Amino acid sequence: MNAIGLSGVSKQFGRFWANRDISLNIGSGSIHAIVGENGAGKSTLIRMIYGLLTPTDGSISVNGHVVRFTSPRQAIAAGIGMVHQHFMLIPDLTVTENIILGDERSALFATLDRKQAARKIKTISENHGLEIDPAIPVSELSVGEEQRVEILKLLYREANILILDEPTAVLTPSETGQLFATLKSLRNNGKTVILVTHKLDEVLSVSDMVSVMRKGRIAATEQTSSVTKGDLANLMVGRNVLLRTENPPEKTGKLVLKVSDLQYRDARGRQKLNGLSFEISSGEIYGIAGVEGNGQSELLAMLWGMIEPGSATSGSITVDNITLSSKTPAEIAAAGVSLIPEDRLKHAVIGEFAVGENMIFGRHREKKFRRFGGFDTNSIRSYTNTMIERYDIRYDKQSNPSLSSLSGGNQQKIVLAREIERPGLKLLILAQPTRGVDIGAIEMIHKKIIATRDKGIAILLVSSELDEIISLSTRIGCIYKGAIRQEFSPEDVRKGRSSEQDFEKEIGMFIT
Amino acid sequence: MKPVSVMRKRIISLVAPLFAVMTALLLSTLLIAATGRNPLMIYHKMLSMTFGSDYGTGQIVFRTTSLLLTGLAVAIPFRVKLFNIGGEGQVLAGVFAAAFTGILLPPQTHPLIAISICSISAMLAGSMLALLAGWLKVRLGINEVISTIMLNFIAQAFVGYMLTWHLSVPSTVHTPEIVQSAQIPMADAVIGIWRNSPANMSTVLALAACLGTWIVIFKSTAGYEMRAAGLQPEAARYGGINTDAHILKAMAAGGAMAGLVSTNLVLGYKHFYEAGLGSGIGFIGIAVALLAYAHPLWIIPSALLFGFLEYGGLTVNAYVPKDIFMMVQAVTILMVLVLTKKPKRP
Repeated sequence: MNAIGLSGVSKQFGRFWANRDISLNIGSGSIHAIVGENGAGKSTLIRMIYGLLTPTDGSISVNGHVVRFTSPRQAIAAGIGMVHQHFMLIPDLTVTENIILGDERSALFATLDRKQAARKIKTISENHGLEIDPAIPVSELSVGEEQRVEILKLLYREANILILDEPTAVLTPSETGQLFATLKSLRNNGKTVILVTHKLDEVLSVSDMVSVMRKGRIAATEQTSSVTKGDLANLMVGRNVLLRTENPPEKTGKLVLKVSDLQYRDARGRQKLNGLSFEISSGEIYGIAGVEGNGQSELLAMLWGMIEPGSATSGSITVDNITLSSKTPAEIAAAGVSLIPEDRLKHAVIGEFAVGENMIFGRHREKKFRRFGGFDTNSIRSYTNTMIERYDIRYDKQSNPSLSSLSGGNQQKIVLAREIERPGLKLLILAQPTRGVDIGAIEMIHKKIIATRDKGIAILLVSSELDEIISLSTRIGCIYKGAIRQEFSPEDVRKGRSSEQDFEKEIGMFIT
Repeated sequence: MKPVSVMRKRIISLVAPLFAVMTALLLSTLLIAATGRNPLMIYHKMLSMTFGSDYGTGQIVFRTTSLLLTGLAVAIPFRVKLFNIGGEGQVLAGVFAAAFTGILLPPQTHPLIAISICSISAMLAGSMLALLAGWLKVRLGINEVISTIMLNFIAQAFVGYMLTWHLSVPSTVHTPEIVQSAQIPMADAVIGIWRNSPANMSTVLALAACLGTWIVIFKSTAGYEMRAAGLQPEAARYGGINTDAHILKAMAAGGAMAGLVSTNLVLGYKHFYEAGLGSGIGFIGIAVALLAYAHPLWIIPSALLFGFLEYGGLTVNAYVPKDIFMMVQAVTILMVLVLTKKPKRP
């Protein structure tokens, strides 16, 4: 018996297919994990199951009946419940009040029977190891306890299918263990649990079945007991057979970037970097391979002077013997460093600005673009045109459109042009440089990265695409839990490139 | 976003204000008819007593001048996504500061210097008040809407106290006159039009302020950074832009514009501060800026419309309540908001 059945389900946003032709059966009374990288389409899939989105194509069935939800209300009525990544609780109300909110089951103006509700909550929580005092306000709970309230909310409504979206992202290891015990207890009581995550250890320890998503499709669905962590990593990251960038031997020069013993503890007290060290010389590409969430974002934040307030950091970062720690982004850029951030639209461009305005963004302090208190529009125009030519940026120049109307690939080329051509560039930092970029543009971007390396610039490449790391890097560092766990020498990488599949497996062992 | 929707957006932003004004006009017609008057007769009277007469035009120009500046006071902070509701208090601070310094100046001061000193102290006063709200926002994250409203009350109470207890001419509610050299000449005296109306040469200053603001926001490097900081603060920080500094600058500039209203009200017209002077202008400035999408040049027609409605309502007050035209103003703004809002469910 299948709790959820999907057949040929697709979801399209504009021209982009977030989910394509997904067929999947989730057995009743099982814990089914859905894994995949950010942007693989996991969220879209569960949002369709929960009625937050309606499929463009295909059908969904619940307990054997075909359904077509247009709102979560219908999904809830069909016994589906969801614990969102961000909790939906009202801090001033008590646990009981939060749980019964929207399901009070009393007539209008009648008194609310809190006692009976509290009794029911007590029973449920005792049965499933969800200890909590129903009488205290939610504002006094820890994050782990808040999550328990969310789960109780679903059980109180007698949901049989529970969807949990990245439930462990906010939990401490002991809380995670407790959550998994609860999930297993629920499964043993006949409930179905759908667990969305990108942490492979968790999948292996708690789930019965696992589906791997990649680029909007299901790459595989397997029995968890029959797969290894390495298999899942390979399926998740995948291989892009189309890509084979020409990578001539590099001429490595003097030391440029020296990162030593970085420590990063975030505002919630979680250790994100733990003694991370590496060095990059001019003319080489240092690739950092790793599953997301192992400290990559924190490393990038430290390199660019964008440390989140409330976090504690230590260690040293130098470029050409100039210390970068505690400098602002403007000062770091002035020292000859360029960053292509991971989240282009949020961090690298202003969507409402025109192409020319974006072409100088972050470099607008350079003298050649300025005249008096304003800009030298002629100089900017001719510079933009040169870049458009050199980087093959395509858009309708006549209408002078805002950047947001360009395709992802062309937007990324603008960012790339701007950052690579920065005068006095010594170090180029690339974070997921080809994410959300079409294949044609990927090839061109890879070529530009190699060409930049050959000009004697040191390059740091952070990517979750293993094939990208392998095909571009001179050396590879495997990041795991905030430190470089293993480093592959230029010889290793060259050898690895000739038998890529084995090399990916080898790297996979060090990043999980 | 596809090019089609970009086009559509541009068209909507041009048509929406016009459509809003039309709707409001229609509503006022219905309301006038409901009071038992002939709307055409009222409109005819209104037009002939405003743009149809030299004096009426002067009155409109006078009102428009103040609204240009309070419109800018809202529009500039709006560029960094801050809503300056403190125009009232900032106008008051400026008006009071100008009157106060105008009294203290020695009578033989050169007019240019006297006018400059009075306007600069007014701008500083308005700025300080706005800057305080900006600082609370940057430093502690306090909502600027609330802090500017509170500062309005503080400014009102302080100025009220100073007037009644220390500065008023006995048995009046106004201060002594400012020195002659600090007075800005009437339009009548310089260009010979708008006789007897309060219109004065500070209108030129207000128009220059609009143009200057436009240049700074859209042509200068500081404006580029400011717009980036408002549109996408995180990207701006990645691009090495100090977003907090721009929030402070925008608030300070907005407050200074509100303070400049004193050139029109005190230096150009009354020549003293009296209780209630400038009251309400700060709030209408919000409407002026909203109708103009916070664009420094679109503020000019927007302020003119509100200036016309303000004075036009007064001219026909004998026949229909001027409150009708207050409703028209409010409906116009609501319509613009409705028309430019993206529906939540497509």
